[in-house]
Amino acid sequence: MPNYRMNLMLCAGTGCVSNKAFELKDALEEELAKRELADEIRVVATGCQGFCAQGPIVLVEPEGIFYQLLRPADVPHLVEEHFVKGRPVEKLMYRPAEDADPIPNIGDIGFFEKQQLVALANRGIIDPENIDEYIARGGYTALAKAVTEMTGEEIIAEVKSSGLRGRGGAGFPTGQKWEFARNAEGDVKYVICNADEGDPGAFMDRSVVESDPHAVLEGMAIGAYAIGASRGFVYIRDEYPLATMRIVKAIKDATEYGLLGENIFGTDFSLSISVNRGAGAFVCGEETSLISSLEGKLPAPRVRPPYPAISGYDGKPTNINNVETWANIRHIINRGASWFSSIGTETSKGTKVFSLVGKVNNTGLVEVPMGVTLREMVFDIGGGIPDGKKFKAVQIGGPSGGCMPESLLDLPIDYESLKKVGSIVGSGGLVVMDEDNCMVDVARFFQEFTQKESCGKCVPCRVGTRHLVDILTRICEGEGKPGDIRRLQELAVDIKAGSLCGLGQTAANPVLTTIEFFREEYEAHINEKRCPAAVCKALISYRIDADKCTGCGKCKVACPVNVITGDRKEAHSIDPSGCIRCSMCKDVCPVDAVLVS
Amino acid sequence: MKLKPEDLEKIAERMRATTSLRDGEWRARITVHMGTCGIASGAREIMKAFLKQTGDQEEQDVMLTTSGCAGLCSHEPMATVELKGEPPIKYVKLTEAKVTKIFQDHVVGGQVVAEYALGKGHERIG
Repeated sequence: MPNYRMNLMLCAGTGCVSNKAFELKDALEEELAKRELADEIRVVATGCQGFCAQGPIVLVEPEGIFYQLLRPADVPHLVEEHFVKGRPVEKLMYRPAEDADPIPNIGDIGFFEKQQLVALANRGIIDPENIDEYIARGGYTALAKAVTEMTGEEIIAEVKSSGLRGRGGAGFPTGQKWEFARNAEGDVKYVICNADEGDPGAFMDRSVVESDPHAVLEGMAIGAYAIGASRGFVYIRDEYPLATMRIVKAIKDATEYGLLGENIFGTDFSLSISVNRGAGAFVCGEETSLISSLEGKLPAPRVRPPYPAISGYDGKPTNINNVETWANIRHIINRGASWFSSIGTETSKGTKVFSLVGKVNNTGLVEVPMGVTLREMVFDIGGGIPDGKKFKAVQIGGPSGGCMPESLLDLPIDYESLKKVGSIVGSGGLVVMDEDNCMVDVARFFQEFTQKESCGKCVPCRVGTRHLVDILTRICEGEGKPGDIRRLQELAVDIKAGSLCGLGQTAANPVLTTIEFFREEYEAHINEKRCPAAVCKALISYRIDADKCTGCGKCKVACPVNVITGDRKEAHSIDPSGCIRCSMCKDVCPVDAVLVS
Repeated sequence: MKLKPEDLEKIAERMRATTSLRDGEWRARITVHMGTCGIASGAREIMKAFLKQTGDQEEQDVMLTTSGCAGLCSHEPMATVELKGEPPIKYVKLTEAKVTKIFQDHVVGGQVVAEYALGKGHERIG
C-alpha cells in the first residue's frame, strides 16, 4: 500500500450518497490522478459522519479540516489550493449561521463539540468495508478477550453492572435479558440483531450499520458466546440497501478471518450469522413479530410470556437486541462496566444515538451522553430553528413518543424523565417543530402512520386507531365537535390497555401529549374553527395586502386555478371561493404581500 | 486465514500508518512549502522524498503536510520541521539528499541540521 500523507474522509452514508457523494468521490480521484497525487492522498468512503444537512462532506486528515456542500465543480480548485499548495479553501468550509468567519476545525463546531461517540466511535474514521481498518482501531479484541478469558456468567455480570439498557425503545436491561436466555433450557439458542428501524425521520441504526458493521457483529458474537448461541440473524429492512451490502460484506470478511464460523479464536465457540431482509412492516420492530416474520409467517405479535428468551425463533431460546445495543457491547468488555456506567444519569447509562431532523439548522446524526437536555439538543447541537422562527415542540421517540413543548426543554433525555411526561426515549428519532407546525395536524400524521402499520391482530389497535384518525381529521377539517378531546383521550386509554404489543400500547402517545401540552390548539380548531399555525386547509384563507402588493403579477401566473385577478402594477386580489389554498402565490410573492389567516 | 487473538495486534500494527494519520496525534510535523515558486523549484519532488522517508522509516507519528509560499522564494524549495514542544526550523534550498539527512538527524534523531537551516521560530504575526 502506498504511504499516504493525507486521507480524505468522504462521507458515504445514505444521506450524502443521495447528495451525490459518489460523483464527488469520482471527481476527487480523477483530479488526484491527473495531478499525480493518487499515491500521496487517499479518498476513503466512510459511514455517515452525522452532519447530513451539509452533505456531501469531506474531513481532511491529519489536519482535521471540514469541507461541506462539495460539488464536483469545486474539486479542481480544492485540490490545487489545499492538497497541493496547503491553503485550505475557506469558502468551502462549514460556516455557522451567526458568525461570518468559517470555522475550519471540527472540534470547534458546536454540532460536534457536545457529542460523545461510543456506538459510533468509528464513524467517519474508518472505511466500513475494510475489516483491517476496524481491527486497527481495536476491533475484535473484545471478542478475543471474551472467548479466551471470560466465562458467559462473567460477561453477563459485566453487561449487567454496566447498566446498559436496550436502545430500541423499551429500555429493558440488556444483561438481564441475556441472563434469561442463558438460563433457559435448550441445546440450540439464537441471537438476533433487530435492524428493522421504521420510525419516520429515524436513521440511527442504519447509520451504525453503514458506519461500522463489524461493531454490530462483534457485539452479537460476544452475546452469543455469553448465552450459548451458535446461530445469529441480522434482520434488516430492505429499504436500507447500503447498510445491507455492508453487513453482508462484513460477515463474509469476518468469516474469512475466522472471527465468525467454526471454533472462533481456536476455542469451542462457533457462530454463524446470516442476513434477513424485512419487507417494511413497522410492527416487525416488535420482537415477537420480527421472530414470526423470520420464521416465514405473517408478522404479528403474540402474548408474552413466554418471552423470546424462553421460546423465540423456532420455539428455541432467543436473545434479540437492537443494532445500537449490540454496538455498545465491545466497549463494555474492553473498557469495563464502571467506565460505561460513569457516562449518563443515575438510571440511564452510556450514550444514545439520535437522528435530529425537522425545523432545525443542523440536521444530522448525533451521539450524546444520556441526560443531555432537549434544549442542548435543539439549540446547541442543532443550532436552533432556521429563518428566525420560534420553537414550538420536539417530537421524541417516533410514533410511540410524544411532543414536548418549550416548557419541558430543560428535561434531561433519559428513560425515566421521558416516561414521566408521557413519552419514551424510543429508538432515537428527534423531530423539531416550529411555529408553522399545527400540533393537531402533527398528531394526525403520526396517528395515520400507526393506523396504517397496525398489524390488525388486536381490535382496539386496529379499529381504535382508525377512530382516532377519523376524529383528528374531522377536527382538522373544521368539523370538530365539543367533547372530541374527551373522546380522543378515552379512546387512547382503551387502545393502550387492550393491545398486545408496543405498537398499540404507545400508538396514542402523540395524541395524548399534544392534547396535554397544546390543548389550546385543539380548542381553537374545535370551538373557533381556527388553525393557529395556518396549516389546516379547511380553516385558513389567503388574501393579498393591497398596500404591499406591487402588481408584479407573479402570483397570477403561479395560481393553478386562476382565481387571482388584477391589472399590472395594480393591487391584485384572490377570489376565496375558488382558492384551493395551495400556497403557490405566497411562495412566489417577492414582497410578502400574501397573508394567511 | 483463521485469526488467533495475537494476530489482531499484527493487523493493527500493519495498519498503524493509516490510523495515526487520522488520530491527529503527531510528534513531528513537516510542512513542505508548495507555493507556485516552491513547485517550480521542485517542491513536489521534495514532498515525494519526505513521503519515501516516512514510509521507509515506519515513522508513524510524523505528520506531513503542505503549505503555501514561505515568502523567501529565492530559497525554495523549503520545508519547516517542527518537533512537538520545540520551535519550528525552516530548511531552505532542499534536495533529496538534504531531505534524507534532515529526516534522519532532525525528525528521527532530534538534532537540528544547522548547515541547511535558515532559522528557527515563527514569524511575528499581527
